[in-house]
Amino acid sequence: MLRRIAQKNLARVAGPSRARLLSTTAPRQADITLTIDGKEVSVPQGTALIQACEKAGAAVPRFCYHDRLAIAGNCRMCLVEVERSPKPVASCAMPAMPGSKVFTNTPLVHKAREGVMEFLLANHPLDCPICDQGGECDLQDQSMRYGSDRTRFHEITGKRAVENKDLGPIVKTSMNRCIQCTRCVRFANDVAGVEDLGTTGRGNDLQIGMYIEKTMDSEMSGNIIDLCPVGALTSKPYAFQARPWELKKTESVDVLDALGSNIRVDSRGVQVMRVQPKINDEINEEWISDKTRYAYDGLKYQRLTTPLVREGNRFVPASWETAMETIRHGYLNSGARGDEVRAVAGALADTEALVALKDLTNKLGSENTTLDSRLGDQPPVQSVDIRSNYLFNTSIENVEDADAILLIGTNPRHEAAILNSRFRKQYLHRGTEFAVVGEKFDSTFEYEHLGTSPKDVEAFLSAKGGDKGFAKIWKEAKKPLVIVGSAVTETKDGAAVLKAVGKHVLDNGNRFLTPEWNGFSVLQRAASRAAAYDIGFTPSSSASSTKPKFVYLLNADDVDPSSIPEDAFVVYQGHHGDHGAQFADVCLPAAAYTEKSATWVNTEGRSQMGRTAVPPPGASREDWKIIRALSEVIGQPLPYDDTLQLRQRMYDISPTLVRYDALEKPSPEVVKTGLTFLSSAKQTASSEPFKKPITDFYRTDPISRASVTMADCSKAFTKKDYPLGNVDEKAQASYA
Amino acid sequence: MSFARSAIASTRAVVSRSGRRGITSSSARRSESLFVHRDTDYNNPSIKFEFTPENLKLAHDIIARYPPQYKKGACMPLLDLGQRQNKGWTSISVMNEVARLLEMPKMRVYEVATFYTMYNREPVAPNFLQLCTTTPCQLGGCGSTKILDTIQSHLGIHPGQTTKDGKFTLIEVECLGACSNAPMMQIGDEFYEDLTPETTIKILDTLAKGEKPKPGPQSGRQTSENSAGLTSLTTKPYGPGEFCSPEFQ
Repeated sequence: MLRRIAQKNLARVAGPSRARLLSTTAPRQADITLTIDGKEVSVPQGTALIQACEKAGAAVPRFCYHDRLAIAGNCRMCLVEVERSPKPVASCAMPAMPGSKVFTNTPLVHKAREGVMEFLLANHPLDCPICDQGGECDLQDQSMRYGSDRTRFHEITGKRAVENKDLGPIVKTSMNRCIQCTRCVRFANDVAGVEDLGTTGRGNDLQIGMYIEKTMDSEMSGNIIDLCPVGALTSKPYAFQARPWELKKTESVDVLDALGSNIRVDSRGVQVMRVQPKINDEINEEWISDKTRYAYDGLKYQRLTTPLVREGNRFVPASWETAMETIRHGYLNSGARGDEVRAVAGALADTEALVALKDLTNKLGSENTTLDSRLGDQPPVQSVDIRSNYLFNTSIENVEDADAILLIGTNPRHEAAILNSRFRKQYLHRGTEFAVVGEKFDSTFEYEHLGTSPKDVEAFLSAKGGDKGFAKIWKEAKKPLVIVGSAVTETKDGAAVLKAVGKHVLDNGNRFLTPEWNGFSVLQRAASRAAAYDIGFTPSSSASSTKPKFVYLLNADDVDPSSIPEDAFVVYQGHHGDHGAQFADVCLPAAAYTEKSATWVNTEGRSQMGRTAVPPPGASREDWKIIRALSEVIGQPLPYDDTLQLRQRMYDISPTLVRYDALEKPSPEVVKTGLTFLSSAKQTASSEPFKKPITDFYRTDPISRASVTMADCSKAFTKKDYPLGNVDEKAQASYA
Repeated sequence: MSFARSAIASTRAVVSRSGRRGITSSSARRSESLFVHRDTDYNNPSIKFEFTPENLKLAHDIIARYPPQYKKGACMPLLDLGQRQNKGWTSISVMNEVARLLEMPKMRVYEVATFYTMYNREPVAPNFLQLCTTTPCQLGGCGSTKILDTIQSHLGIHPGQTTKDGKFTLIEVECLGACSNAPMMQIGDEFYEDLTPETTIKILDTLAKGEKPKPGPQSGRQTSENSAGLTSLTTKPYGPGEFCSPEFQ
């Protein structure tokens, strides 16, 4: 981003300095050419020299420089030689100059880097064998190349000693190892928006910390562990669990929010050891939220590992055959006909299972496919016929182009933490203006609060907001963006809010809907929701009023107990013995997201493939296979026997479901049709305030509710109850 | 009075040698002062600090010197103002108040306050003795080592400590830029120069009585003129009109 700004600024500066004729225009110097190690390379003007070197294939060691953070230039490891420069230059802080000759592999460069490395190591403890960063430590790796095989460090006063900080239940600190690259400080301030981390002291005594003793209260704090090039910041839950070379790395997709952050699941044997971010510039860049990163220990607890059949007041383990037979009997005895068979899908249901369950339900003659959200048993207010009515049409990446953003009934910090980091970026670098209608929240950007209720949305959008402050900005914005929270569409005011928004967007179509900009977005917060809407996992209006006799809960843990009749036969299929399982007559153990190869559609409508990292525990099976098997038992076999056939079926329903990683943009005309539908609603807005759907960011789904780490985080950050321990109390060995 | 709890003093003790260490480990070199804040009964965020009306006016005058979007430029002068009002030391409440006034994250103020050594983050006595012990002062005159010894034996304190009666705090500082009048020390805002053990004791005694000794060179010379008497410009400088023809006199 900084680079982009730098480019823009540079582009604005007048053209070349050489004399030019009046009649010619200055060529736009978009690219410059320079020579690196005798190799010519072209880079955009304003690029850092280190990036140009990278492009030329010359690896430059670095500690403080990071692509996505502001440039600090304080580690000096990236020194290179530039022709006619009297001394080596720090390539991260030096812009690439046209025509310059750069050498990255000369004796001078090596000597300079070795010198820097020697200084860094002078104060660094030699505790690699007991350091958690071992094996993925930049300092370790680079000292293999630039470190000396013996020390010249014989200071009688000893190595610098810094006391450890207690940053909360996630980040473990060992500050003696810190090399003061300040990546964590820059991340906390610029990306996470927690302006508590900084450097105190000076010179050799400089240390990273918060000065006062407190926790780092951010939903993104886990990222500083990845950023730390040494072992100063390591992961508390993962402490001393594994070495990186023991781990099997599986690239997958996160499902704990609706963004579909790309992750890498590191597993050893049958256990997920940790979750790391995978770079995807279109979604999560290089960050993931703490829930994504640390809820994995929830995959070990509260699992359903064997089919369970209710006998009286207790569940009895049963074989798959028994369980299936029980369901068949239950179904037949319940006497469910047509719409009396209800399928309820929860937040963690994968697309394959949704398709299979919908097909099965339809085969049983029912249209009663519902969601476990509020009003999920009703036909959705936004109608699922047009995709743009329920998707984040702007796309996560393009959010950065918006110049004014209106958030309606959503707290992006909790519903989409990664998206929030983009907001923070915009707020800092572009000066984007924000406004919120809904509950106030502790944001990482400044916003104007326009009200709390659907009435306030109507009032603001119908231009009653006056001509001051955000209202003025909103009117003049070239790329305005309105984001409607998924919780809004789950209230009875949903239709009225969408009507007001739809009208407003249509009236200002020239700004909201252009071929390159779509300023109307709905932000989902459940991983399965977009896919459920895509395949039409919604009830018909007649079905929604039918009292069900046979209920099939697919990962449905947020289901409203009153929606399940006492006498109905209930099947729960899922991976955790959570809220939904307690209603069940039969529990079927299924695979969690790390244990199955499944399709997930994120809030943008981008389908992505989650991959199997570890096998499902015990007798649990992949979701769609369970449904396929059950269909056989019930006597309505589904017409697919393997994943390929099922994905063919998905393609038949909607081709977007199997076009992985691709984003299908609807044309403005289609969007307009959808909005016209929305604005034709008859409801009027009430003044009942919006309620935030997530009160505890760390406990939103069965996996995070079963996670010990998330429980600790919830206690520390949501309930603000964290006893700050003196981390140095326990004697710590200082090997050197 | 918790002056004795000066962090400088307490960490000094740690610097000496930590008790147990293995054969293979090198000793830990801890920093001279503490760069984290620990809540104490005399320094914690719940102790309220507010600028007095006069100082607040001064603070707003200072803030007005900077463009409104760079208000935080006033951080250092405001911290100084706060330190002066707060009996010579910058408590956590002073930092928080400055952060509030300048609408900047508290951490940014803490960074500034910990970076500069002249913000005292621990209480100091009304007579804050800052003895320069940098090379010129160590070599000039009788040498600062002698002065340091004198002060230490006279007051019974070591650098970083405060006397039991709470009247004096002594620290060693680096060059204060009065090398030509070495050795020197700064007490409060005043420089006391050309020190000898005798004049130092005189100054300390005067201060102990609650009076203010005359600042400047204690040897009697004017500023930094030659202490051995003038070697040039010894005659009276001629005034205006002198040596001119009478009509211009």
